[in-house]
Amino acid sequence: MTTKERESNFLSGTSKFRLWMYQHSKTLRQIGLVVLQIALTVFMFTFLIPTLWMVVSSLKASTEIFSHPIVWIPKDPQWRNYVRAFQELPLERFAWNSFVVVVGAVVGTVISSALVGFSFARLRWPGRDFLFSLVVATLLLPGVVLLIPRFVIFRNLDWINTYLPLIVPFWLGGSPFYIFLMRQFIRGLPKELDDAALIDGANRFQIFARIILPLCKPVIATVTVFSLLEHYNAFLEPLIYLNSMDMWTLPIGIRGLNDAYAANWELVFAASTVMMIPMVLLFIFAQRYFVRGIATTGLKG
Amino acid sequence: MASDVGKKIAKFSRPAGSLKYQEWIAGYLFAAPFIIGFIAFLAYPMLYSIWLSFHRWDLLSKPVFIGFQNFVKLLQDPRANLALYNSLFYTVFAVPLQLMLSFTLAMALRTRIKFRDLYRAGFYMPIIVPLVASAVVWQRVFHPEFGIMNEALGWIGIPAQKWLFDPALAKPAFIFMSLWMIGRQMVIFIAGLGNIPPSLLEAASIDGAGPLQQLRHVVIPLMTPLIFYNMVMAIINSFQTFVPSLIMTQGGPENATLFVVLNIYRQGFDYFNMGYASALAWELFIIIVGFTVAQFYISNRWVYYGD
Repeated sequence: MTTKERESNFLSGTSKFRLWMYQHSKTLRQIGLVVLQIALTVFMFTFLIPTLWMVVSSLKASTEIFSHPIVWIPKDPQWRNYVRAFQELPLERFAWNSFVVVVGAVVGTVISSALVGFSFARLRWPGRDFLFSLVVATLLLPGVVLLIPRFVIFRNLDWINTYLPLIVPFWLGGSPFYIFLMRQFIRGLPKELDDAALIDGANRFQIFARIILPLCKPVIATVTVFSLLEHYNAFLEPLIYLNSMDMWTLPIGIRGLNDAYAANWELVFAASTVMMIPMVLLFIFAQRYFVRGIATTGLKG
Repeated sequence: MASDVGKKIAKFSRPAGSLKYQEWIAGYLFAAPFIIGFIAFLAYPMLYSIWLSFHRWDLLSKPVFIGFQNFVKLLQDPRANLALYNSLFYTVFAVPLQLMLSFTLAMALRTRIKFRDLYRAGFYMPIIVPLVASAVVWQRVFHPEFGIMNEALGWIGIPAQKWLFDPALAKPAFIFMSLWMIGRQMVIFIAGLGNIPPSLLEAASIDGAGPLQQLRHVVIPLMTPLIFYNMVMAIINSFQTFVPSLIMTQGGPENATLFVVLNIYRQGFDYFNMGYASALAWELFIIIVGFTVAQFYISNRWVYYGD
């Protein structure tokens, strides 16, 4: 075979292949989708395994946890592991502390970010654009640098071992990310509404409270969901500010349980499962706000 | 248009000056929470932290001014340098892997498969698990004897590893765990992919571009702003990881997971070296801000902002 022949053979080979691909493209795509579907199912299952393993292991007897090969399903679910977890450490007290801190911080975040977002989006005042650039800069600011000085400041205020350091900053615009979200959303509302109300003699606060705020429900839901997740998970700050056990929030309590009962996996897993339940419920009922919030963040960030 | 009319009417009906000042005052009042909070909980602490970093202070006695000694010390302190190395190692490997995985998943979840919402929820699920719970679970996932990681590796014939007890594998284990928590990045990518005009892909396909060429020349260029956003955020977060190292390894084994924030925490709240801890925090601050600024600078070359 000469080179030319070989080349033409090869070419016709590929073009035959391409033709075949073209003729069967629908079937091929179908096969591709089925393969992808199977791969994703397997992969998602591996993603879920650590969580499922946690929940299932929280019901195991300790002999089942420390056994080879691994016991996947407990023979006789030990519901009293949960009772014991509550007996070993005051989980209900931790839950109450978490509740107070989370509600305090989330309400503060929503109110202050709505007020400030309105000011940045709708009112004109000297220094506004500079201050807004500070909001954006704070978004990218590594918070680690605030750890030590804030601790000293709150210590001087005698706020250590109270809920205050975990709540008060969030009433004072302590979450620039949410101010940013609010401002972006309010800017998207038609300005004619404000002007009409202004002509009718409404003052700025009435415009905010009667016109803007009711239209902000979706973004308020997003801010609520996100800050709930954030404060419920918060670890470093409660760890520093809350030093007596009766003030601990759930994350600190679970860490304490993990340190003190390291060998009692079932207790640690039971407490972790208890802590996870509210988040799962939140996710089920407010799933669209999770997705919407993240999506807008990224797209406008 | 209507707003212009509104302004004109407002101008005629009231003295223009007072309306303007009224708006100023309202503006400051509404922004007051942020202004006060910014000064009290951000600007002031930052300045205070600079002041602290030039002092030696154990919280009890009086702070002693020591000039640059804290900064000289941190450059020579082997623990501080090791912590920096650990954080850098973690960030350099975790962030690209996270981005690749979340992007691939987002692509897969944009195809015409069934139950897309279910998969989306499944891959997002780890974000819902409280961080502390994730840490205590993964600590045991990696348990050398009774963890499911070694169990799973055993199925494919890989011998059991010591993971969090092995200085060489502890950081890779953390990186592996971080790949589990990519739900946010994935959702951002999914939203971005949904915004790509189908007409562009059709045009590319008519021009003879196969799926891979479409990905390379259409999809990825249009996604660069989101890749950039996710990358900047992931780097900032990775440099500041703390919870896993405190809970899962306490910085061990042999300080292999002693990350910068854990080191700062120890210096500040275990050894009460408030000045030194502040200096360490500023070192990390400068590194993170440096990375961020460098990325914004380089971004002109690869991020496509349309028009």
